Amino acid sequence: MTTETQPGNASPAEADPQWMIRFDKVVKRFGDVTVLRELDFHVRPGERVTLIGPSGSGKTTILRLLMTLERVTSGTIEVDGQYLSHMRRGDRLVPADERHLRQVRKKVGMVFQQFNLFPNMNVLRNITEAPVRALGVPRDQAEAKARELLEMVELADKADEHPSRLSGGQQQRVAIARALAMEPEVLLLDEVTSALDPELVSGVQCLLRDIAQQGNLTLLCVTHEMRFARDISDRVLMFDQGQIVEEGDPEQIFTEPTHQRTRDFLQAVLGA
Amino acid sequence: MIWDWDWTLQILPDLLTQGLLVTVQATLGGAVLAFVLGLFLALLRRSRRAYISRPVGAVTEFIRSTPLLVQLFVVYYVLPDFGVSMTALTTGIIGLGVHYACYTAEVYRAGIDGVPKGQWEAAVALNLPRHWIWLSVVLPQAVRRSLPALGNYLVAIFKESPQLSVITVVDVMGLARELGSERFRYLEPITIAGLFFLLIAIPASILIRRMERRLDH
Repeated sequence: MTTETQPGNASPAEADPQWMIRFDKVVKRFGDVTVLRELDFHVRPGERVTLIGPSGSGKTTILRLLMTLERVTSGTIEVDGQYLSHMRRGDRLVPADERHLRQVRKKVGMVFQQFNLFPNMNVLRNITEAPVRALGVPRDQAEAKARELLEMVELADKADEHPSRLSGGQQQRVAIARALAMEPEVLLLDEVTSALDPELVSGVQCLLRDIAQQGNLTLLCVTHEMRFARDISDRVLMFDQGQIVEEGDPEQIFTEPTHQRTRDFLQAVLGA
Repeated sequence: MIWDWDWTLQILPDLLTQGLLVTVQATLGGAVLAFVLGLFLALLRRSRRAYISRPVGAVTEFIRSTPLLVQLFVVYYVLPDFGVSMTALTTGIIGLGVHYACYTAEVYRAGIDGVPKGQWEAAVALNLPRHWIWLSVVLPQAVRRSLPALGNYLVAIFKESPQLSVITVVDVMGLARELGSERFRYLEPITIAGLFFLLIAIPASILIRRMERRLDH
């Protein structure tokens, strides 16, 4: 498959429904530091992919690019056949404007390491605010849906509670419900259990495992919890220095990694 | 000089009703204007368009660098030459309000900067429209952070309000001076006026400190 690499000087390839996420020669630099080097990777609809690798290897940057919290330095990203960082004007690709970003961003949701619940709203309002303000869902409908989601994350009794009164695990479950309320097609999980006390980790992981198994949500997950990676994903990508070193199904990566970098990394995190 | 109790009791009602009423009007009017205008100044100063943020920055700097007294004189004695005339009290309220808006703008700016980056990112991730990010996520948190400092400015405006007497506003202080000039005795009226300020400012400060502590936790 050949696609253009430089936005603006080639006829863009047509959308390919085969892929939910497509990175094409993506480069991301912060000043002098190159975080991603001509990264290519594809994710199928409904696929659950985990990114592992040492910190600073660019995993989180991939999620932040997909969430449009960062812009690519060069290369293109597509989500569900639509350009994310660029948009088409005539037969050229130009950097996306706010309207285009809002259009494509609808398909993507994200759960953060630090939850980032809005402290000025109660739990219910945290979940309903975006559907009401961004999608124009009537408030009573949004609330009914929010209560269903709270039921699912087993926090139905906390709807009127203030986020600061919840434990870290509960806050993260609310954040998951909040992301799902927008009905994204792609859900990005950025080290979602790293900030939790050890005893709260498994509850959140179980919830995410259920969500992964139920829906046809495309999941992209960055984690340091290898067991969780193994449980949740169809495919594992091992990153190092902004590039994919190795990829495969979790069984293969975790039991018989072929690459020395992967072996070293797994040894380090598993302490084996 | 001996404290004259008879006269004290005679002037107390006037100072308490007329004088204090004007002081309270000037303070509250000035504060409301300062708090609202300050928020707009803070937002305009953050604008990405330089032709908006630069002039706003320059004007606030200018107002912060000149005395309130001079500004009051200019507004009251110079503006009427250009066809703008208002009552002394209105002029005073606008003068206080605009002057302190340039300070509260800084308070709001700090409050906005203090909202964690993660809040913005979560709001973007939820695809909230830009104006709703401001209205429902950032500003409520920023204003909450700003409340104690705004409270301090409320007290400051209250204490500075006697300056309005130079543009003929008859507040507590103006009235005290008038009463004093009738008998050439200033001890009683000025002392009473001072006590009023003390009696209101001290509980207000305590309240603000309490609010600060509640917001901290």
